[in-house]
Amino acid sequence: MRKIHLWAGLALLVALVVAPAYFKNYGIHLFTTWLVFIIATMGLNLTVGYAGQKSLGHAAFFGIGAYTVAIFLKAGLSFWLALPTGALLCFVVGLIVGFPALRVQTIYLAFATLGFNTAMWLVMRNEEWLTGGTFGINNIARPSLFGFRLDGNLAYYRFVLAMAVLLGLLLWGLLRSPWGKAFTALRDNPIRAESLGVDTRAYTLMSFAIGAAYAGVAGGLYASQVQFIDPALFTVGASIMMYLMVVVGGPGYFLGPVLGSAVGVILPEWLRFAQGWYLMVFGTAVVLLMIWLPDGLLSIPDRWRARRQSRLASEQRRQAAHSGGVA
Amino acid sequence: MNQPVLKVTQLKKAYGAIQAVGGVSFEVQPGEIFGVIGPNGSGKTTLFNSMLGQISPDEGRIELRGQDVTGLGPLALSRLGVGRTFQTLQVFGKMSVRDNLIVAAQEHRGSMGSRLFAPSDSDLGDKADTLLAQFRLTPVAHQKAGELSYGQQKLADIAMAFMSEPALVLLDEPCAGVNPSLVGGISRLLKQLNQERQSSFVVIEHNMEFVMGLCHRIMVMVEGQVLAIGTPDEIRANKQVLDAYLGN
Repeated sequence: MRKIHLWAGLALLVALVVAPAYFKNYGIHLFTTWLVFIIATMGLNLTVGYAGQKSLGHAAFFGIGAYTVAIFLKAGLSFWLALPTGALLCFVVGLIVGFPALRVQTIYLAFATLGFNTAMWLVMRNEEWLTGGTFGINNIARPSLFGFRLDGNLAYYRFVLAMAVLLGLLLWGLLRSPWGKAFTALRDNPIRAESLGVDTRAYTLMSFAIGAAYAGVAGGLYASQVQFIDPALFTVGASIMMYLMVVVGGPGYFLGPVLGSAVGVILPEWLRFAQGWYLMVFGTAVVLLMIWLPDGLLSIPDRWRARRQSRLASEQRRQAAHSGGVA
Repeated sequence: MNQPVLKVTQLKKAYGAIQAVGGVSFEVQPGEIFGVIGPNGSGKTTLFNSMLGQISPDEGRIELRGQDVTGLGPLALSRLGVGRTFQTLQVFGKMSVRDNLIVAAQEHRGSMGSRLFAPSDSDLGDKADTLLAQFRLTPVAHQKAGELSYGQQKLADIAMAFMSEPALVLLDEPCAGVNPSLVGGISRLLKQLNQERQSSFVVIEHNMEFVMGLCHRIMVMVEGQVLAIGTPDEIRANKQVLDAYLGN
């Protein structure tokens, strides 16, 4: 990582710690939601962006995490037991959902995961004894940490920020390790990867499981943030929205989810001035983005670099031809 | 006599009524470069894919240093020390050339769990740098592999097959699409690697000059059968081979 990136990252972090103190409650809520979706889409970026698996079931894992926390808290159990349990449950379910990826790929895999999301949504809606059905679960408590209560919106925001940074660092470490290269190899060329000894089955399953665990943590944090959950939050539509965030930010770019989640969570709020037209404006912006930047917003520097290299190469060829002609 | 690195016995594979490979047998000795030639449709690729676990043979046996590996998949074969290249370019385009080489060997070190805590380059950086220098790829080591010229990608592709120091390397048309000036370079590199590492190669190639100059022995296949096996001079002088394949 270049020094400038490190300084920019630290400056952004300081801004994220300090700035919300001057926000109204709604602004803090919006930024907390943004951070929650950054965590969820960091996981999806691992599955989709780094490992190249198509998943349209991420909202189901988000929901499993949210319901685990809600149900545990309602049963009088600790948030600090509920959150890791939700993550672990998602990890195991993600591992199981990863199995179809060993048989089918591309759009077929997307449909398989979409089917899983629908099935989970039906469980959340119909198993009223456990999930509260369409009435959902309300009055979900917020936790305390070392005696500090996180009831206040700002305190909870800073807690979610700390979680996002911690999970971001963990993912950074994972992607810097040999696993990161193995995931990329799996995405770019699974046949070649396998011929080089990369266990594509194991890495495929791990990409689903780890991605799901991130969604589980995000869901758990979201449940305590909004303090009310119902199945409508975890539909296939929510999964598609998360996928969109990854694609818009830049799949396979570490900071892609930060930008993509901003587009998915904050941009619609900025577009509220358009009132009834806001979805039309948002949709058009996304369509244009996909046409001009299919690799996402963070591919812009790479595009500039490739264009500059191409120009340099053309110039060198032109000079070589010119000097050859003179000789 | 040494135990052969590779022993193929009566290998057969049919697609419906078409017998792509019909009872092929041969051995590859340690340190030997073994060429496989034949016209299109002679069964070379089916033979290769059967040996590499891409497809299952109908009959026959494949042994690697005495161990039966018939029907094993590419992953297991790679772990047993079989490297390969493909007919078409198969580099990881979005990774740097150096990372392409590192990923080509990292999975042969430790367990999957231990690799999670291993250094980013799996302590393979020096080895990758040495191979990059040998293949004259040092100046582009940190460029994305997908941005290189075809010839450079081909060299990176071949270098990747040698990173894990396999005992046997199967090279599928290493000269396909390569300009004539690079063909000689690839031949020199392969000879050098063969002498340095004493690893065995099986090479499928249509470029006769390349095959004759590189291989110790050559097998000629026609219509799924072995027509002849011999040294390059024996193959050149074989009337059956001249009639069926080499022509005038």
